[in-house]
Amino acid sequence: MEKVMRLVSENGLVIFSKSSCCLCYALKILFQEIGVTPTVHELDQDPEGREMERAVMRLGCNAPLPAVFIGGKLVGSTNEVMSLHLSGGLIPLVRPYQSISN
Amino acid sequence: MLFFSSSLYISMYCLLPDFKLSNAYNFNLTCTKAASIISSRSMDFPSTLFVPSRTMGTYEPIHQIGLWGENFKSIGSPNISPSVIFDVANKLENESETTSHELLAPSSKYDQEASKPFDKIQRRLAQNREAARKSRLRKKAYVQQLENSRLKLIQLEQELERARQQCLYAGGAIEVGHLGISGALNSGITAFEMEYERWMEEQNKQICDLRSALNAQISDIELHILVESGMSHYLELFRMKSSVAKADVFYVMSGTWKTSAERFFSWIGGFRPSELLKVLVPQIDPLTDHQILEVCNLKQSCQQAEDALSQGMEKLRETVSATLASGQMGQGTYLPQVAMAMEKLEALVNFVNQADHLRKETLQQMSYILTTRQAARGLLALGEYIQRLQALSTVWANRPHGPAKLTVENVR
Repeated sequence: MEKVMRLVSENGLVIFSKSSCCLCYALKILFQEIGVTPTVHELDQDPEGREMERAVMRLGCNAPLPAVFIGGKLVGSTNEVMSLHLSGGLIPLVRPYQSISN
Repeated sequence: MLFFSSSLYISMYCLLPDFKLSNAYNFNLTCTKAASIISSRSMDFPSTLFVPSRTMGTYEPIHQIGLWGENFKSIGSPNISPSVIFDVANKLENESETTSHELLAPSSKYDQEASKPFDKIQRRLAQNREAARKSRLRKKAYVQQLENSRLKLIQLEQELERARQQCLYAGGAIEVGHLGISGALNSGITAFEMEYERWMEEQNKQICDLRSALNAQISDIELHILVESGMSHYLELFRMKSSVAKADVFYVMSGTWKTSAERFFSWIGGFRPSELLKVLVPQIDPLTDHQILEVCNLKQSCQQAEDALSQGMEKLRETVSATLASGQMGQGTYLPQVAMAMEKLEALVNFVNQADHLRKETLQQMSYILTTRQAARGLLALGEYIQRLQALSTVWANRPHGPAKLTVENVR
């Protein structure tokens, strides 16, 4: 849990994912499309991955990975991120973290 | 068929007076065994034994006793022990007490007829009729059940044959022991197709209602009700799709329940939301500047989300392909690869759900952006667009081979 909290507080835009998960990959592409580069943490490549996954779920993410945190707060999984994006709420939320080149 | 008709005429033997003794025996011979024994004797049976249940229930004690008595003798006791009788037959016997009682002593009944009071006789006859009627109904239900089981058996056999052929073709040794699962798959799909037919009927009705409502200039409040019905009707479709996707995601991906032109535009199991917007927006003019901006943003967000999902799907295809192609080829063994690919493929359900979620969200966002009247026109346009696609499928399927002629007949 501490590792999760540390990661989300240190970075504005964090995605907890699995390298083998194609839906996680789709979400990473989405962020790319809107011009942000999130910090991606692949839980299947982390020895504490399972605990971190459980910690993420305890924080309120009830869908399986990916889990997206913006500004230290849990936004949710693919469903929530897509809904947010379609309602126009995602871009303002990530604006502080957009890369300068964009 | 002999199996089923055997059990039918087995059940008739219980009505013989001697077979009341059968209650005391253990019935351990299976149906098939009995059927084979009896069917070998089929030459002894007169054709009247094969008559449908309707006539079997009729009260004809003397005629029946004579018939069954002869044939029972011809079977001979060594081969047909009372243990051949089944629980079903037993039930029928127990509950048609009245009828068998009459069979026991037909002659005495007729002798005493004149001495019994008239209404007692009438009551007894009525009871008999009732018992016979109930017996007929039970028999009918039983036959129906057998017929259903038979159809199910044929269906399962076909599944098994198909799976076997696939195995033979592949040259592998995959165990085809999942008949139970494929049976469930089929019933999930059948249920969905039936529901979809009803959904489509309701959809067309709602489109008519919307059309007449918009032409009749009804109030916004009443129009709002129609819009809400339309929206929840689509939500119902997404719920149905989610359910059948769990049973068979490939079914949803292939869009089998839709017409060919609809399938042509299919994207991960349904409409591409941005395409939908392209169709709808011109139909709901005029829009305010603010609305135009919002619709524009929605279109862009849709496109980005669609791209992301499409690329995810592409990655999924690559992953499954790479997994299947891994290891040495040429030995004819592939179970580990197939097992690994199965795991990867499970993600497909997530993609279909995500795509449907996107479609749902697009519709909802549009309903927030638009006024009630605009939303009504949007739903009507969407409905009519689907109808046009369906009409296109029909006309295409019926086109003459040669230059296509759009006559009044083939546009119906």
